Amino acid sequence: MGRKYLLGNEAIAHACLESGVDFVSGYPGTPSSEVIDVLRIQPDRSYYVEWSVNEKVALENALAAAWCGIRALCTMKHVGLNVAADPLMTSAYTGVTAGLVIMSADDPFAHSSQNEQDSRCYAHFARIPCLDPASIQEAHDMIPKAFSLSEEFGLPVLFRPTTRICHSKGDIEISEPVEGLRKGEFHKDPRQYVVIPAHTRLLHKKLNEKQPAIRKRLVELGYNRYTIQGKTAIIASGIGATYVQELLPDGVSFMKIGAYPIDEEWLGDFVKKHEKILVIEELAPEVEEAVRQAAGCVPVLGKKNGFAPFEGELSPQAVAAIMERAGFLKKNPLPLGDPLQNLPPRPPILCAGCLHRVAFYAIKKVFRDAVYPSDIGCYTLGLQLGVVDTTICMGASITVASGIFHAGDPRDIVCTIGDSTFLHTGIQGLLNAVYNGANITVVILDNRITAMTGHQPNPNSGMTACGAESPPVSLEAICRACGVIFVESVNPYEVTGMVTVLQEAKKRKGVKVIIAKQLCVISARRAGIKRGSYQVNPEICTGCGTCVRFGCPAIEFADERARINDLCSGCAVCAQLCPVGAISREGKK
Amino acid sequence: MRSALSRRGNLPGGKEMSESYDILIVGIGGQGTILASNILGEACLIEGRHVKGAETHGMAQRGGSVESHIRIDGLFGPLIPPGRADLLISFDLLEALRYSHYLKKGGKMVVNRHLVLPTSVFTQNLPAPTQDEIIEALKKHALCLLDADTIAEEAGSPLSQNVVMLGAASQSIPLEPESLLDAVKRLVPKKTLEINIKAFEMGRKFGGTCR
Repeated sequence: MGRKYLLGNEAIAHACLESGVDFVSGYPGTPSSEVIDVLRIQPDRSYYVEWSVNEKVALENALAAAWCGIRALCTMKHVGLNVAADPLMTSAYTGVTAGLVIMSADDPFAHSSQNEQDSRCYAHFARIPCLDPASIQEAHDMIPKAFSLSEEFGLPVLFRPTTRICHSKGDIEISEPVEGLRKGEFHKDPRQYVVIPAHTRLLHKKLNEKQPAIRKRLVELGYNRYTIQGKTAIIASGIGATYVQELLPDGVSFMKIGAYPIDEEWLGDFVKKHEKILVIEELAPEVEEAVRQAAGCVPVLGKKNGFAPFEGELSPQAVAAIMERAGFLKKNPLPLGDPLQNLPPRPPILCAGCLHRVAFYAIKKVFRDAVYPSDIGCYTLGLQLGVVDTTICMGASITVASGIFHAGDPRDIVCTIGDSTFLHTGIQGLLNAVYNGANITVVILDNRITAMTGHQPNPNSGMTACGAESPPVSLEAICRACGVIFVESVNPYEVTGMVTVLQEAKKRKGVKVIIAKQLCVISARRAGIKRGSYQVNPEICTGCGTCVRFGCPAIEFADERARINDLCSGCAVCAQLCPVGAISREGKK
Repeated sequence: MRSALSRRGNLPGGKEMSESYDILIVGIGGQGTILASNILGEACLIEGRHVKGAETHGMAQRGGSVESHIRIDGLFGPLIPPGRADLLISFDLLEALRYSHYLKKGGKMVVNRHLVLPTSVFTQNLPAPTQDEIIEALKKHALCLLDADTIAEEAGSPLSQNVVMLGAASQSIPLEPESLLDAVKRLVPKKTLEINIKAFEMGRKFGGTCR
């Protein structure tokens, strides 16, 4: 079909079309989201696509499809695989009939994540094959193989790209899409699909018996390969292998690992032909541990003896430094450069007019000395406003709040959670808090969309992944069904109203839920909603700084006066905060 | 695998590396750096050349500092190491300064005169350099400073400033201006086509006046 300049995730999505994928599910998470975002907008789509409510749900759906004999893809970010770990571990026992590819995108350096965990460890743990691309082209080319490998061994295959694959671009050779089977059918076989102890013991044995053949096959497929060029060698995986190839000196052997489990015998043959081995890989020492087992008395340099870091992302300059430290380069050709110090940082910030900022403002105004557990979403940026005290994983705001309450902290506890996160894994925490008698205030920040990952719809948005209408869920009804008595919905742009409701919640005992509803400003702009913009009258402004401290990027301060720039989205909150009434809508007095 | 390479160059220290023309585009999330990088990639395809790139997605896009790496004729990784960029295109003065260590000796800079101070400067009272101080500091590089906002408005829309910047930078980029303009035509929304063609040409004309 030719060459196209594609984002890694676009290339992966296209490869799924080339593989005749029939069923797609997933939960958005950076850096994985664009795969489904591409698949869900294809015209003449004959496969099924859904954004599921969480990764466990997504994987169970995809697993069922693969049991029915149609090819299924399930996408998530690395931490999503924790949520899906329960079905993952046992899906290796039941196996699959048609190909099931689980894409779990890792995020070394935690560009947009809460940790730097390594999905390869999960594949190892579950004993399923894992493919680990070193470039976008390889990621693209691996996908059809991943499906056929899954079918050959009757196992789910874990596909593990990283941020630098998903969010890199390149000129990629692609092929024509293929039509899949489309209709599946479930063939009953309790010994495979009902994992009672008597069945599962046999299934476990069958899983283990598959392993040697998988290892051989991965070498045959060429994902694990080497060239012998000298007495010393570098073994590398993932994007690290690409950086090593750019820097590899003459006379040094090179082994690239792109698939797991690694065949120990094959690895041992290579290692024993060398006098020194350097292992370069991101995150966990997955390759290094295999090399150390195979090495015997051949010295192995890597993470475990301090030549390479366990954490962070590799880069050409980081790989050059490791190679220099290990004696593979005499002089580092890529010095780190000299970044300028003392420049004001520019971290990401809540948008001008974002509902989260004003909700946090109101919370802080009413609950001055409180504990503020929060969750995963754009609103984690509320950290900058001093209203985010904890963030651990999806859905952990309400649970942490009730834990802090039952631990005996005497302060008010006010937690915040987005609509998508609440529907992902927040509901169980709310149910638990009510059931066990916690005394907390829960603020659901409801912007009707999964914003941070790129505005994917959720059950609260009124449409499915493919744009079909679906009745928006009632968050109020869910909260009441969990047993919450005090459930109030507010428009956070009306500051006084929101403050009043929070004050009311503060007076009451038990679990109180306040749903702050307002469209995400980006969604609102895309929908063509125009609210005009606001301006500061410099003759009235006293330079008190109240509006500046609100932290909106549309408000600047110069020459002792506030000024509103063109980022203003017209939410009118600053006009309500100004103590002297200096802010008004442009064109109005 | 090294024998498969056709183009190789030299790095200081005698180390060989693949020879690519490396462009770093920087700015603030939401300014349109990704479209600029897509246009460069498309122009490479038009000329049948390899290209690699890397960019910022996700949370950092919310008004944070963003970067797009583009390596024309790049065969290996997508990231440009510090000290190796041939060209830095910056949509904001402060971001130009922040990333200036990526430029190699003799590298060029095309910078929008626009300065947006980070909100933290106002909320936390952080010290920040003035417009003049930044320009003075950037002058030690081969600097092409332009008022992309004004030119874009003249072209018909302030939203075309990314194409204005590309037009100005096209004077240094080793791609035919026709390929770049073709790529612009392929990638911008149909109804803004005329404005963006004008933006590219006005930017290119200004770029021609830079040393």
